[in-house]
Amino acid sequence: MFEMWKGRDVISILDFSRTDLEELFDRADYVLKSDLREKPLDGKIMATAFFEPSTRTRLSFESAMLRLGGSNIGFAEAGTSSQVKGENFADTIRMLDNYSDIIVLRHPLEGAARFAAEISNSPVVNAGDGKREHPTQAMLDLYAIKRNFGKIDGLTYCVLGDLKYSRAAASFVLGLTRFNPDRIYLVSPPQLSVREEIKDHLKMLNIKFDEKAELREVLHEIDVLYVTRIQRERFPDLREYEALKNSYVVDAKMLENAKSNLAILHPLPRVNELSLDVDKTKMAKYFEQARMGVYVRMALLRLIFGV
Amino acid sequence: MKMEDEESLLVKKIRNGTVIDHIPAGLSFLVLKVLGITRDERGKVAVLMNAESRKIGKKDIVKVENRELSPQEVQKIAIIAPNATLNIIKDFKVERKIKLYLPNKVTGVLRCTNPYCITNKSEEPIVSSLELVSSEPIVLRCTYCGTKQDYKQILRSLEEPLS
Repeated sequence: MFEMWKGRDVISILDFSRTDLEELFDRADYVLKSDLREKPLDGKIMATAFFEPSTRTRLSFESAMLRLGGSNIGFAEAGTSSQVKGENFADTIRMLDNYSDIIVLRHPLEGAARFAAEISNSPVVNAGDGKREHPTQAMLDLYAIKRNFGKIDGLTYCVLGDLKYSRAAASFVLGLTRFNPDRIYLVSPPQLSVREEIKDHLKMLNIKFDEKAELREVLHEIDVLYVTRIQRERFPDLREYEALKNSYVVDAKMLENAKSNLAILHPLPRVNELSLDVDKTKMAKYFEQARMGVYVRMALLRLIFGV
Repeated sequence: MKMEDEESLLVKKIRNGTVIDHIPAGLSFLVLKVLGITRDERGKVAVLMNAESRKIGKKDIVKVENRELSPQEVQKIAIIAPNATLNIIKDFKVERKIKLYLPNKVTGVLRCTNPYCITNKSEEPIVSSLELVSSEPIVLRCTYCGTKQDYKQILRSLEEPLS
């Protein structure tokens, strides 16, 4: 069974079938129950090449690798790599390929991960390429939903906020298309509406979706609310960011109109779109979601290394 | 009078070179552009616009003397005019007739329209690559970043040189 995953690159969530994802979730279930003294990746080296800032993704990958007995090398910002000396990206990847057994990459340019995978002999994991995708985030988001509801199919989803620039939202919506969601509401200011290529994909698969501008229109009927941050760093014009940054604020008061078993997810970090008073509610599942990050990435590493 | 004869009255046959036939009317200027034919061109070039065509109503024809097209030029012309025909002429005779078709993938020919795409970084050893998503209307998608371009954008990209 592991052979489907062994040695694979992780570039887009769409590279993985439902069966692949279910196998990953089974593996994550196993990891959660397993003895953490097991060290199946002893002697393996992971390179984390982060050309953009990250807290959760990088540290959870590193933690996952260390827990599995492997080691980690890498850099956390482009400023500490030879890129500042003018080295091109391709050469940096070749070098990392020589020094490690797997490369986890985050880069501001779109398509950087696919390009790296062409150059590298070792598997490449896309930890975010510009606004395009963040597939391992979608994997852990889907896993968090499965753990919470026991299923991913048949639920009504709302993805809220910056649907234009958020790569986590893009991969999450694309990942849902591998399952049978009842309906997906895409709620954003018109300027930040979901990208055409994602809508095309939803249409192609006949998945029911609606674009809305107001959360309150749909709040009473949804099972999952996936909140995203307005992605300041991707706006070509910061004045536009300033005008849109407070578009949505989810607070405990407005959740009175929601289903009692609503699950609120957020890829984090948050700014002000998710009020701190939500943390105390039963609906807040985002810290649990973030906790799953390590386990899902441990499962992912085990599958890629075939152990 | 046969159509070919009528045409030959307008434009003389060439001895050696390439005749690009069945170009949709009005697009011959773009064909000249992708062939890099400018006012400084030294060789003989004939352009026939709005000729009658049984297949497509009106068509343009471009004849270029003493020139064979590179594979990249052929790819570009196939995008502009997927139903065009290339006639390779040797000694006034058609030596080879090539029917063009839209390729499933064009590499190193068109730039991706996304400024944040890795293929637009000149310092990287990467060749642009676009895949055919649909042929009518024509839509291409970047293999790397997934950005799509429609016919209008493709025509604009064809006019820009690749970095």
